[in-house]
Amino acid sequence: MADTEKTPEAVDATPNVTEVEVVKAATEEAAVAAIDAPVERGEPILQVRNLVKHFPLTQGILFKRQIGAVKAVDGVSFDLYQGETLGIVGESGCGKSTVAKLLMTLETATAGEVFYKGQDITRLSGRALKAVRRNIQMVFQDPYTSLNPRMTVGDIIGEPFEIHPEVAPKGDRRRKVQDLLDVVGLNPEYINRYPHQFSGGQRQRIGIARGLALNPEIIICDEPVSALDVSVQAQVINLMEKLQDEFNLSYLFIAHDLSIVRHISDRVGVMYLGKMAEIGTDTEIYDHPTHPYTQALLSAVPVPDPESREGRERIILAGDVPSPANPPSGCRFRTRCWKAEDKCAKEVPLLAIPERFAGSDSPAAHESACHFAEEKDVVHA
Amino acid sequence: MTITDITADVPAPRSGEDSGGKLLDVRDLHVEFHTRDGIAKAVNGVNYSVDAGETLAVLGESGSGKSVTAQAIMGILDMPPGKIPQGEILFRGQDMLKMSAEERRKIRGNKIAMIFQDALSSLNPVLSVGYQLGEMFRVHQGLSKKAAKAKAVELMDRVRIPAAKERVSDYPHQFSGGMRQRIMIAMALALEPDLIIADEPTTALDVTVQAQVMELLAELQREYHMGLILITHDLGVVADVADKIAVMYAGRIVETAPVHELYKRPAHPYTRGLLDSIPRLDRKGQELYAIKGLPPNLLKIPTGCAFNPRCPKAQDICRTDVPVLEPVTEQDGSPLPGRGSACHFWKETIHG
Repeated sequence: MADTEKTPEAVDATPNVTEVEVVKAATEEAAVAAIDAPVERGEPILQVRNLVKHFPLTQGILFKRQIGAVKAVDGVSFDLYQGETLGIVGESGCGKSTVAKLLMTLETATAGEVFYKGQDITRLSGRALKAVRRNIQMVFQDPYTSLNPRMTVGDIIGEPFEIHPEVAPKGDRRRKVQDLLDVVGLNPEYINRYPHQFSGGQRQRIGIARGLALNPEIIICDEPVSALDVSVQAQVINLMEKLQDEFNLSYLFIAHDLSIVRHISDRVGVMYLGKMAEIGTDTEIYDHPTHPYTQALLSAVPVPDPESREGRERIILAGDVPSPANPPSGCRFRTRCWKAEDKCAKEVPLLAIPERFAGSDSPAAHESACHFAEEKDVVHA
Repeated sequence: MTITDITADVPAPRSGEDSGGKLLDVRDLHVEFHTRDGIAKAVNGVNYSVDAGETLAVLGESGSGKSVTAQAIMGILDMPPGKIPQGEILFRGQDMLKMSAEERRKIRGNKIAMIFQDALSSLNPVLSVGYQLGEMFRVHQGLSKKAAKAKAVELMDRVRIPAAKERVSDYPHQFSGGMRQRIMIAMALALEPDLIIADEPTTALDVTVQAQVMELLAELQREYHMGLILITHDLGVVADVADKIAVMYAGRIVETAPVHELYKRPAHPYTRGLLDSIPRLDRKGQELYAIKGLPPNLLKIPTGCAFNPRCPKAQDICRTDVPVLEPVTEQDGSPLPGRGSACHFWKETIHG
């Protein structure tokens, strides 16, 4: 990975973020103590700075040569505050799931930092990393493949206790698992059943119970409801909102269903080809989008109201998302953008509050990575 | 886009054999699957019809029987284990279930074509897309390989695949998801059928691509004046393109209505529940309405109304008597054309 060429690309200079208070922990004990320290509600708990993940493309069998890299995530910065839900939306291939894996330290970042309570988790190891992993848990997209079919529900939900025995002493685990089943709305007597005996919605509840087992502070939800039936989606969303209040959780909610993201999120980030295109509160993004991609995305969403279909302006983008192995120069969206000019091919637009809105308190004044950011209300148009 | 202004655009149906009846009329169709655990009743008496140029959206969750109905119409149901114990599928007045396999084969692809959900697994990975598109012409029209390939290029141009000439010999994996779905559409359109059945054509696609594909489909439908059966679970897509809607639950149609009417005033508690569970702006921060419980197991469909265990309005009669699809009327008894509801309490649901 070291020979991935360092592009002289500018990084987002004034990202949407607060300053990181880096906690320098001399010993592992100090690091663990810092990780276990509580965070006030509304304070940043996770701070992501210029996160980069390049997957190398190699050629040759014996003498592997790197011929390029898939730039899955290419300089993403954001904050997650304690107790909030940050929604991440974007098309497939924009890097949203890779971000999730990086935050879980399931993948190692090529560059950039992820600060959890001031500790850079990309550099942690040993007990400190283990403590972080206990506090950041994940709920996966597909409840049919993310549960081991040969394990009982009790074993699946109880497995985290094997790795982190300090959370639940051995004799106490069964009761704890039954409590968790109860919390997610399943009958505690189902503890000895296997995943195939449950429906999709119930399986997703099992996945959520597993995520809750270690009393985490952050849950990363990667498309948690997109595999579920419409009538069951609402049940799972309600459950997740209830659990957030009950256990004071922070959610990073990744999805492509924009209406569900709006319902559950406090803030929303829009990703395109490994970069954050726009980020702001839900009203800022949905009612006052300034990035052309966000506008196109919002206008493409079918509205479940036949009355609106005549009057609605739809921006239909031409073509497909370019390959992340060879993204366009300058602004990555320029190949599909109707506003693109020469400047867009030369200069990478930085994620910042657009100059024309700087200092104003209008809702359009939120970070948007576009040279020609302009407000356009597409949802009500 | 209403039914009337489509027919206004197009002077007459292009086929002379139209006897004034419906293009496709499904009557009391039943489909069951014989499994080791018992008989799964996937479709239990479905009635619907489509006219030329009309879009019927069949809305339902997984397991509601919407795809099985479509497969029965296409004649691609696996039999056994599938079985059609009763019902009629009339295409231009002729019952397809009574036809010979050879007769049905002539209709399939030629008169009725289907677009499948997952384009990657529906296309053959070892044959070029040009060969697969040309197959329609070679088999049904007996064209030569060369002529069929030229036709394939033409079709790819029609569905706006850039550089069609260069890409005709490419294989399915070399195309993006949206482009593959376009190839599926091109294949369905090849012989200019009278009816297209699209089974979740955009579910696997991103929203921006979904918008492209749906627009293309609507445009081609207008141009060829085809009937379209759109099978989906997405209430948004339905609102955008459908003329009329049939809502399915546990193998039955529980409500039929013209699109505007359905969203304004649902006449079945299931439809109402589905509409209420859509996240809406004015209800942010509140709990979403959720239909309680789970869709029924098709091996043991509840007695009476299949929806009764999940229904907030269920009474004793719902547990014993199966409600039939009755016409829905205005409060004063004046008829609402095209509307029907299979609920004992539709009056309360729509007017209450």
